[in-house]
Amino acid sequence: MDIPTPVRSASRSMAAGLARAAGRVSAIGPIGPLFALGLAMAFFAVKSHQFLQGQNLSLVLQQVMEVAVLAIGQTIVILTAGIDLSCGAVMAFGTIVMTKLATSSGVPAIPAILLGIGVCAGFGVLNGALVTKIRLPAFIVTLGTLNIAFALVHIYSREETIANPPSAMTYFGRTFAVGGTNITYGVILMLALFALVWFVLTQTAWGSHVYSVGNNQEATRLAGIRTDRLLISVYAIAGVIYGIAGLLLVARTEVGDPNAGQTDNLDSITAVVLGGTSLFGGRGTVVGTLIGALIVGVFRNGLQLIGVASIYQILITGILVILAVSIDQLTHRGRQ
Amino acid sequence: MRLSRWGISIAGALVLGLVLLVGWSGASPTAAPAQAKVGAATIKVGLITKTETNPFFVKMKEGAQKQAKALGVTLLTASGKFDTDNASQVTAIENMVTAGVKGILITPSNTKAIVPTIQKARKKGVLVIALDTPTDPQSGTDALFATNNYKAGILIGKYAKAAEAGKTVKIATLDLSPGITVGVLRHNGFLAGFGIKNGDPKIVCSQDTLGDQAKGQTAMETCLQKDPDINLVYTINEPAAAGAYTAIKNAGKAGKVTIVSVDGGCTGVRNVGKGIIAATSQQYPLKMASLGVAAVANYAKTGKKVSGYTDTGVTLIAKTPVAGVPSKGVAFGLANCWG
Repeated sequence: MDIPTPVRSASRSMAAGLARAAGRVSAIGPIGPLFALGLAMAFFAVKSHQFLQGQNLSLVLQQVMEVAVLAIGQTIVILTAGIDLSCGAVMAFGTIVMTKLATSSGVPAIPAILLGIGVCAGFGVLNGALVTKIRLPAFIVTLGTLNIAFALVHIYSREETIANPPSAMTYFGRTFAVGGTNITYGVILMLALFALVWFVLTQTAWGSHVYSVGNNQEATRLAGIRTDRLLISVYAIAGVIYGIAGLLLVARTEVGDPNAGQTDNLDSITAVVLGGTSLFGGRGTVVGTLIGALIVGVFRNGLQLIGVASIYQILITGILVILAVSIDQLTHRGRQ
Repeated sequence: MRLSRWGISIAGALVLGLVLLVGWSGASPTAAPAQAKVGAATIKVGLITKTETNPFFVKMKEGAQKQAKALGVTLLTASGKFDTDNASQVTAIENMVTAGVKGILITPSNTKAIVPTIQKARKKGVLVIALDTPTDPQSGTDALFATNNYKAGILIGKYAKAAEAGKTVKIATLDLSPGITVGVLRHNGFLAGFGIKNGDPKIVCSQDTLGDQAKGQTAMETCLQKDPDINLVYTINEPAAAGAYTAIKNAGKAGKVTIVSVDGGCTGVRNVGKGIIAATSQQYPLKMASLGVAAVANYAKTGKKVSGYTDTGVTLIAKTPVAGVPSKGVAFGLANCWG
């Protein structure tokens, strides 16, 4: 496309401006979501004496780890104004590959885990390549790879649940005690991943390019950033993260389940949105995503403890999502 | 920034409203009757079903709630988001154990995958009873309260044999899905009741339906394409039977094909009344749940755990009884149906 020079320089300075604005927003952090999480926790603490026990809070963290880690990948994809519907199916494929290689093909645990994660990364590269090279919308691309990964899971597993994975695969499901509270190793891995991705997004050039692409891809490209390569790297890294989520799922449930992850794409998007990240790209934080995942986990656990049927958790999640998106829209409009 | 702050205050107000909503839903007890706290020092029982919406599980929950109220215990409920949702059931077990339940009643979504989590709960002294579907292995739970699906199959097999006596039968079987125990047991029971084995030339067509009405219709259409003379159809459940009937009717063969089924849901029993299904084996989800709640309450009071398999019974429901095969009529079926 031919773009006149003044427009070019205008969009270049716009890109820089947007990147700066994005930096500011991520520095403020997700106050709204944190507030909602605090309120929910206070409410359940009053209603149930079991809620604030260390053991229970550790349990909530353990229960969110799979979806929360998936949501890290989903966050970086959404920050580029993309979306990944394939994450749950790709993760399930990773878990089946790693457990089946280890249990029936005699591959040692560590290489099997790496191959499982590698397969997920491969799907990420495929998603990224289709989005950038053929210029298909991320929604359609990942809808396609969702179905491909889902089918491959069922073909490769032959619909069978794979039991008794090697102990190295369940390592992250084990716990260590801190003052009477058992903490799951997987939770530590999850928190480390959040810290790492937070650092990369806020402190590196790659991170600021991710925000910039989400704000205005064309302007970012014109500013001299190779956006195709950047986007492929985003989807590939998201794939690696899905693979790690798969390892955590195996660790937590001690099986390779071909039916796992079927609603995880929407669950991860829910966590991202509850965390205040904009579905339009360019605005949001990975810390918000952790809070978003915790909000869902706290409601699920708290409602169960006070004896409310699980269907209300789904109702409340729905209301919270609408709320979060509305707030994002209102504040966004305000800024413009 | 002014609007952003405005946004945050709206958020605050709305979240507050939300908390009030939760407070309201917590206050309107889904299960906990007031007497629970007085009577049995809040014995808690958990019920985990595959989904919230299937009428079979709705009836199961109803049975559990009635029994919980009668015994003065508190019932906690949870379910998966879809039929094979293992992760939600794992989470529900963990949360219920934390909530301090004495026992958990569960219809496992994935019979193998749930076992490690059940083991962890049992190690903490929680009595776990499988309802309707056994875990794999069956020893994964303390006990199993379920329909004898093989017997359910035998009853409709015997009925079909007597009803079709003297005819040249061509059989279609509309099954569940490969490798799922319930489906295999019903299928094999039907064949045993009819007096034939898998691979018998009388069976001209076998298709999987996942117990779904639309898939049942497609399967029957395929079977009629294969052999238009099919005159006896075994179906895994009543939705599949309803689908099969639509296909048969569309092919202009209504009344010429005998359909037998398993379940005893209210829609299914009404279809027996209409002559769409000749006979169905009725099972009792309400009884599974109420026996389960009673067993947990008993464990809480006496420390005695139930074990092994308890048959919750099955009754043959038919509009036209046949000689030598005891059955009950549609009125009985409707009085005891679920859904």
